[in-house]
Amino acid sequence: MRCDDWRPTAPIDNIRLRAALLAKTRQFFAARDVLEVETPLLSVATVSDPHLQSFVTRYSGPALPADTPLYLQTSPEAAMKRLLASGSGSIYQICKAFRDGECGARHNPEFTLLEWYRVGFDHFTLMAEVEALVKALLDLDCEFERMSYQAIFAHYLGLDPHRASLDDLIRCAKDRGISTGLKDIEMRRDDWLNLLMSHLIEPHLGQTVPLFIYDYPASQAALAKVRPGEVALAERFELYITGIELANGYHELCDDDEFLRRFEQDTLPRKNDGHLAPGVNHRLSAALEAGLPESAGVALGFDRLLMLAAGCDSISEVVIFTVANA
Amino acid sequence: MIDGDPCSIIENEFVKPGKGQAFCRVKLRNLKSGKVYERTYKSGESVEAADVMDTEMQFLYSDGEQWHFMEPTSFEQHAVSETAMADTVKWLKGQEECLVTLWDGVPLSVSAPNFVELAVSDTDPGVRGDTSGGGGKPATLETGAVVRVPLFVNIEDVLKVDTRTGEYVSRVKK
Repeated sequence: MRCDDWRPTAPIDNIRLRAALLAKTRQFFAARDVLEVETPLLSVATVSDPHLQSFVTRYSGPALPADTPLYLQTSPEAAMKRLLASGSGSIYQICKAFRDGECGARHNPEFTLLEWYRVGFDHFTLMAEVEALVKALLDLDCEFERMSYQAIFAHYLGLDPHRASLDDLIRCAKDRGISTGLKDIEMRRDDWLNLLMSHLIEPHLGQTVPLFIYDYPASQAALAKVRPGEVALAERFELYITGIELANGYHELCDDDEFLRRFEQDTLPRKNDGHLAPGVNHRLSAALEAGLPESAGVALGFDRLLMLAAGCDSISEVVIFTVANA
Repeated sequence: MIDGDPCSIIENEFVKPGKGQAFCRVKLRNLKSGKVYERTYKSGESVEAADVMDTEMQFLYSDGEQWHFMEPTSFEQHAVSETAMADTVKWLKGQEECLVTLWDGVPLSVSAPNFVELAVSDTDPGVRGDTSGGGGKPATLETGAVVRVPLFVNIEDVLKVDTRTGEYVSRVKK
């Protein structure tokens, strides 16, 4: 068969733009004395997040038992936290991350993440730094907006995301014309919140100026600190620009007992869904036990940043070869 | 199969919040009614596949309400409704080999050949010497379809058109 898809999907101008923005990013962190690091893409451990699927490959050779499964990282979070716990100080990394099954206008299963950790920051001080970086890279001079997760749901759907019942959420989706093929019982409360967020709210976010959403439901904390209160809130934020989710940051969880509890919570639904349920990351757990410094960290989708900088609608216009023709 | 009716997928948008459940927002056309609607599925959720059969058939004629096709081996004829014909109508003048999708023996949809050759029935006068294809203009073909063509194309020229994209491919020498 004749092969006619050997050419890059991204135009040369966007390939040049990537190189330029990578250089600017490195300047930004050099000026702030944040250390660039490189951690392994392959590890015997992987993430437990119920909505992330890891690629797995096998290794045979010295150092490990024959035919050891190794996972391609879904983000450099675990390795970078081990480095932080060892006393590295603030660090950043630009690397590839891999997520099975994720492909679309804004997703490619292999993509570039910019991830960084700031010792002594909380999620608000880190938001300010994300804002400074994104302004520099996208040549923006407007002030970014900030709204809580609760305020966003109240504004667009008239719902309190922390107190609404499961029925309220389902009714809200149905009333607004979302027709699901899903058996409702398979959807947990957070799945419905995510459905409302992605279908009805996200398209409006950051259309005039970039918008940070912060203070997520504790059930969506992942590895962020949870602040107790009348309603417990996860100290987590996301940045949206023209409806695109660009970055996701945490005021980092430092408590190793709590880390193990969340791991257990994640693993249960994965097993129910029939997904791979990875073992606990013992080295990360030991690092947290040894003591992660008070810090905040964020991951920014670098390909999406390029989409915004180049003004394109599809990740294929900024990635040289997507999974379809890699 | 959605609610007992066969549907075809027109568009599938992958939606996934960074830390949440992935969804597929699917735009579907009900092949019986022609109605288009949107459904959301959890990524990986499976849906019953419709038991359909694609058969190569020759387009014979249209009586205005129905379009008549014939299976070349059995000479069996099938009448296809306007809904099932949908946009394909605008590419057919007769004799074309089309792919007809049958569900339970009933024609659900018809795909035109990938390339058709049709004469131009109306367009602005050709610009001599312009062979660049830059710019372009609309041209109406003998079947009523409108395609964008290069400026040098004239009325009565026969054009090769890609029916999947609706785009002009080349001029055909008479």
